Amino acid sequence: MHLREAKSDLASSGGARGGKLALDAAQASTTPAIAATARILARLKDQPGPLLPVLHAVQHELGCIPAEAVQTIAEALNLSRAEVHGVITFYPHFRTEPAARHTLEVCRAEACQSMGGERLAAHARAALGCDFHASTPDGSFTLEPVYCLGLCAQSPAVMIDGQPHARVTEAKLDRLLARTLEDTP
Amino acid sequence: MSAPVVIYVPRDAAALAMDADTVARDIERMADQRGLSVQVVRNGSRGLLWLEPLVEIATPQGRIAYGPVQPEDVASLFDAGWLTGGEHALRLGLTEEIPYLKHQERLTFARVGVIDPLSLQDYAAHGGLQGLKRALAMEPAQIVDEMVESGLRGRGGAAFPTGIKWKTVAGTPGDTKYIVCNADEGDSGTFADRLLMEGDPYVLIEGMTIAGLAVGATYGYIYVRSEYPHAIATLEAAIARARSVGWLGDDVHGSGRRFDLEVRKGAGAYICGEETSLLESLEGKRGVVRAKPPLPAISGLFGKPTVINNVISLATVPIILAKGAAYYRDYGVGRSHGTLPFQLAGNLKQGGLVEKAFGLSLRDLLYEFGGGSASGRPLRAVQVGGPLGAYLPESQWDVPLDYEAYIQISAMIGHGGLVAFDDTVDMARMARYAMEFCAIESCGKCTPCRIGSTRGMETIDKIAAGSQSREQREQQVHLLRDLCDTMLGGSLCALGGMAPYPVLSALNHFPQDFGIESSQSAAHAA
Repeated sequence: MHLREAKSDLASSGGARGGKLALDAAQASTTPAIAATARILARLKDQPGPLLPVLHAVQHELGCIPAEAVQTIAEALNLSRAEVHGVITFYPHFRTEPAARHTLEVCRAEACQSMGGERLAAHARAALGCDFHASTPDGSFTLEPVYCLGLCAQSPAVMIDGQPHARVTEAKLDRLLARTLEDTP
Repeated sequence: MSAPVVIYVPRDAAALAMDADTVARDIERMADQRGLSVQVVRNGSRGLLWLEPLVEIATPQGRIAYGPVQPEDVASLFDAGWLTGGEHALRLGLTEEIPYLKHQERLTFARVGVIDPLSLQDYAAHGGLQGLKRALAMEPAQIVDEMVESGLRGRGGAAFPTGIKWKTVAGTPGDTKYIVCNADEGDSGTFADRLLMEGDPYVLIEGMTIAGLAVGATYGYIYVRSEYPHAIATLEAAIARARSVGWLGDDVHGSGRRFDLEVRKGAGAYICGEETSLLESLEGKRGVVRAKPPLPAISGLFGKPTVINNVISLATVPIILAKGAAYYRDYGVGRSHGTLPFQLAGNLKQGGLVEKAFGLSLRDLLYEFGGGSASGRPLRAVQVGGPLGAYLPESQWDVPLDYEAYIQISAMIGHGGLVAFDDTVDMARMARYAMEFCAIESCGKCTPCRIGSTRGMETIDKIAAGSQSREQREQQVHLLRDLCDTMLGGSLCALGGMAPYPVLSALNHFPQDFGIESSQSAAHAA
């Protein structure tokens, strides 16, 4: 127990080894991803338990958490790269490669299954020509499974670029996909 | 110049998912074209989700509902004179008189769908802050006693008495303590937390503030799943407003007491709904479950004494303080006091949120409220309590919804979500899915959950393959039951420890779907 306390204090202190000097240098980096990550770290690293907020912010800005950001994050938070890598890979939301221009998330949980969600999932695969956790060859859509969007009384549900859609039939999904491409090809 | 007619168009994700933003825009545009003065208020959802977007018009007689309103309906609604409650195919009458809503007992959800979620004035005018005002005049120990007295049990699923949890934290010495709200509502078939956070965020803030006063904590975290971006945005806006008027901060309501909080976003891991895993995640680690003891109440977030409660538990605190423990305690049956926001989901005609006192039956919810199946086919099985809850066959639908009565039939009420399936469901497939889900979401710390779930999936595949003799199938079923037993008894937390419930209930109540004799399974069930 004492060990855990000591460790969490270290993690939240911003780190003694990486610290400010390394972070200043990183902010001046000519690699845009490293510079952006360092700016985010400067803003967020001093709060307690900063790693998830940092990862969210990096992914929000860069579209993913690239390998070169991992080193910067690890140094600034006085963690090992393995620890940061472990956290990134534990959470399905975080990605190390950028997604396609649009993301379609199809709910695969029970409530949606009770209303034909699996048929819709199969249709999504066929319509996009790619499997889950993959992108269309033209880089327009990434297809991801999601385990519940909280729209269980209006199943089946999907999310496109963060916008929820309920009572989605196969025809409605086709319309939504087409409209998404029309709005931003 | 008459005052503008107030039109309510929900901003809840359930309404947005059915084009509510377009409807709201069209209403404003067409009112403008017709020279009519309207004010569109974006409220939360009333929870009548099959009617979303449910648009309400404020008339001198009361709020009149129309729904479900799609963008193409707006012109005809104006033609019908809906601003004065005109007749239309979508007209549902006075909202409060809709039987689905009228027959509920809304305590925790009293304001949801009624008010503008971000309006501080609306909140205060509809009974908000009463609980906190009373709590500020009380000794911390009195607040805890009131919570114990109310009989409130954790609404996240485990049903542990909230007051007792608080008492432990209050009695644990520590210079820093935390209030953590578990808003990682990952169970399929549940959306009560989401509706509440999007529809009445201040009640959660008030509940957490009261918890802070009771146990001596000055800071709180709301851990919300990343799949709920609208809830996150609403909470963040509400917290900023609450801070700006002194409802949060160094001098809460001028009392000299300090409390503040922030939202933390999850990252798609179901296991983080388990309290110790959630704490690990808040600390910036992999969401790996901790062994208990120590309890989070003694050594929780960053090793400090921590109250960790579900959204609905914390959002129920203000009404308990406002109206007194006895008022809340008098609802319900047995040791299940108060109300539970049940969530009707899946294959039901009228899905939505039904807040009722404990003691009613599943059949009441499925037919009186739910209106039977959406597909028109007979209902066959209902999963109660999320992906780790049992599948109940019709013979169990009359058991009163009461924590203890459900334990008696090897089921659990959990967070109050129910997912209905019609007679096209293949229960062997649902059992397989329960194991698959456990395998996908397992944190990997303990072996029964990490390995058992995958072995369970494989075993069900063998049973369902059809290429086996009856004897071989029965051997596999025996193996599956044995595996479930190991998971039930040997897992570290509820994920591995309860994933067998849907599997075993499917086996016991729907043996024909596994191609086995019912007599054998009945012997096991007994």
